[in-house]
Amino acid sequence: MIYLDNSATTRCSDGAFELMKEALLENYGNPSSLHKMGYKGKDYIKESREIIAGILKCQPKEIYFTSGGTEGNNLAIKGGVQAKKRLGNHIITTKIEHASVLNPIKALEKEGFEVTYLGTDEYGVIDLEELKAAIKPETIFVSIMMVNNEIGALQPIEEACKIVKKANPDIIFHTDCIQAFGKMSLVPKKLGIDILTVSGHKIHGPKGSGFIYIKDKVRVVPQILGGGHENGMRSGTENVPAIAGLGVAAQEAYSKLDENRKHMYAMRARLIEGVSAIDGVSVNGHLDENSAPHIVSVSIKGNRTRAQVMLNALQDNYGVLVSAGSACSSNKPAISETLKSIGLEKDLLERTIRFSFCPENTMEEIEEAISALTDLVPKMVL
Amino acid sequence: MTYQAFLIKYSEIGVKGKNRYVFEDALVRQIKRALDTVEGKFIVKKQSGRIFISVEGEYDYDEAVDALQHVFGISAICPTVVVEDEGFDKMAEAVVKYVDEEFEDKNFSFKVMGRRANKQYPMTSMEVAAEIGARLLDAFPEMHVDVHNPDRIINVEVRENIAIYSTEIPGPHGMPVGTAGKAMLLLSGGIDSPVAGYMISKRGVTLSATYFHAPPYTSEQAKQKVVDLAKLVAKYSGPIDLHIVNFTDIQLYIYQQCSHEELTIIMRRYMMRIAEHFAKENDCLGLVTGESIGQVASQTMQSLNCTNAVCSLPVYRPLIAFDKQDIVDISEKIDTYETSILPYEDCCTIFVAKHPVTKPKLEAIEKHEHLLDEKIDELVKEAIDSVEIVKVR
Repeated sequence: MIYLDNSATTRCSDGAFELMKEALLENYGNPSSLHKMGYKGKDYIKESREIIAGILKCQPKEIYFTSGGTEGNNLAIKGGVQAKKRLGNHIITTKIEHASVLNPIKALEKEGFEVTYLGTDEYGVIDLEELKAAIKPETIFVSIMMVNNEIGALQPIEEACKIVKKANPDIIFHTDCIQAFGKMSLVPKKLGIDILTVSGHKIHGPKGSGFIYIKDKVRVVPQILGGGHENGMRSGTENVPAIAGLGVAAQEAYSKLDENRKHMYAMRARLIEGVSAIDGVSVNGHLDENSAPHIVSVSIKGNRTRAQVMLNALQDNYGVLVSAGSACSSNKPAISETLKSIGLEKDLLERTIRFSFCPENTMEEIEEAISALTDLVPKMVL
Repeated sequence: MTYQAFLIKYSEIGVKGKNRYVFEDALVRQIKRALDTVEGKFIVKKQSGRIFISVEGEYDYDEAVDALQHVFGISAICPTVVVEDEGFDKMAEAVVKYVDEEFEDKNFSFKVMGRRANKQYPMTSMEVAAEIGARLLDAFPEMHVDVHNPDRIINVEVRENIAIYSTEIPGPHGMPVGTAGKAMLLLSGGIDSPVAGYMISKRGVTLSATYFHAPPYTSEQAKQKVVDLAKLVAKYSGPIDLHIVNFTDIQLYIYQQCSHEELTIIMRRYMMRIAEHFAKENDCLGLVTGESIGQVASQTMQSLNCTNAVCSLPVYRPLIAFDKQDIVDISEKIDTYETSILPYEDCCTIFVAKHPVTKPKLEAIEKHEHLLDEKIDELVKEAIDSVEIVKVR
């Protein structure tokens, strides 16, 4: 079996698993307990927080652990907008955000907030001029993802943030980094952003783990109230094993970042080269290193190339596991806004599959995936 | 209240003449098969116009009733209390106790139905009914008798022992499986064919089934879905031998050689031919399909005429005059709907033309099929030889 669906989720790393096992079976104390076992629980959290702060070059207190990307995005958007609502009612985002960003924003739109949805060029990248023009005196919140989950498009966050902050430093700038964390260097101070969301299971951490970076002094209204955990930002007994595992996974991802990026870019280049040689196949987005290193979106023209059929055929006959469009939108394959936004012809919208790598994948697996597609596509095209 | 017995009523079998025992024996067999999956020790016996199930020790009541509700031939399932025959007074006491425990609220009208299968019993059925009724009125003054339109009927049947019951849980009716013959069901992943299988099985027909898959165009999941559907039908019909035929090469060959408008109709004709081959091999007396007139292009009367023409066995189409919604209603009732609507491709949808013929002429189709002469026999033989048989229980 060749698993090329790492943007959907990843295998938990052995290191993360081992530490989680320890946190579950041995040091299972509640971090709020005032005894030895409780302190041990607290230590795992402190350790992970420091690891992540080290990676982001920020203060540990700017990191808040969550249950994952969806919670992080909800907290950032609802909490950030709520904190700023006295100053205006306008939000800017893009058409290509993940559902965990778009749906909270749509909910706010229903409540009466005004929303501008930025489009993209044919590579899935936003237009900074369009962003500049969209900013109004009433704008209070901007959310733009770092890496698009469907085609891997990389957004110019640093430049975007500069434009926004220049227009009005009070605007909160949020970036969904769920597909970016672990794949590139992310330093919020350098980017200029206020809030950043990360999920653990996309980087070989456990499901149900994640964190959100909130810049010191930026106010976000907590959405889950209770015992005041995570400095009051996110109540609920800490998911200690998940937090511990997330710390290990983050450390592993960043300890070999350059090497991993090189390896994934090489696999990406080879896959693009291999599949582009097949009649009817086209690759979406930037083909070079202006894109994220781990995502390849492939459209296949043909009569029997609907994504669901293709991915079943790849699985059943070649053992290659990929996903249709974006696997994150639960089990209902909806037509992707990202693919529409890059102007993909209508016929190809439901004929697009996504390959996504992790550093564990090998060039041999990529070769096998290319052979599989080379063998399968001519049968399905007819 | 716990019951250690069930009285099973059956309707249509009752009127059969000399071969009635054949039907009763089949029903007993089917009841035993259904209860086989339920934990508990069940003893199933024939007893003058009734089937009687007694249970030894603990068992799951809901599971047992559910299993019985899948046995064709049963018109009603009556949870029953059984007591020894120790004279009339003891019997009356048992009925009073039964009514006391069964009905918390006693404010209802009733009548007692006596039935004396044991003709040696010193009282007639009428006398039993009248006297028990009087005892019940003494015990529970809130109850009142209404012999024409009672809220509840308290049945008291005197055999070797005394059976008391009042609740009748409806059964699925129909005829016991195994009393008709065997038929080959063409099972797809859709809504209709499992319903067709259920309906034909309700007339006592034993089922075998054929499914056509077309990898890589159809998936393992699509195949699994059909196995799952066969399992749901088998809860009613009993074991099904599911023949899984790889149809890819035939389909591709037709696609290459023939007009795409006629693809589906020619494909269906080959499906019928192959299904009939397995039907004959398995001593089936007919084919069963889920077709209904006009539902899709391949189910117009003209198309049905073309597909029917390749078969020498009769083709039974229990849904032929059903509207889609009526079929959906049955599929919901028999629990196949949720599985049927899972979104996997089947080999009919994946190779469908944009504008398939809706009024094919048999002579034309037969003529065009000659375009396949070169290889089709060999491909059909290969498909038949490579069949995979899944025994669905």
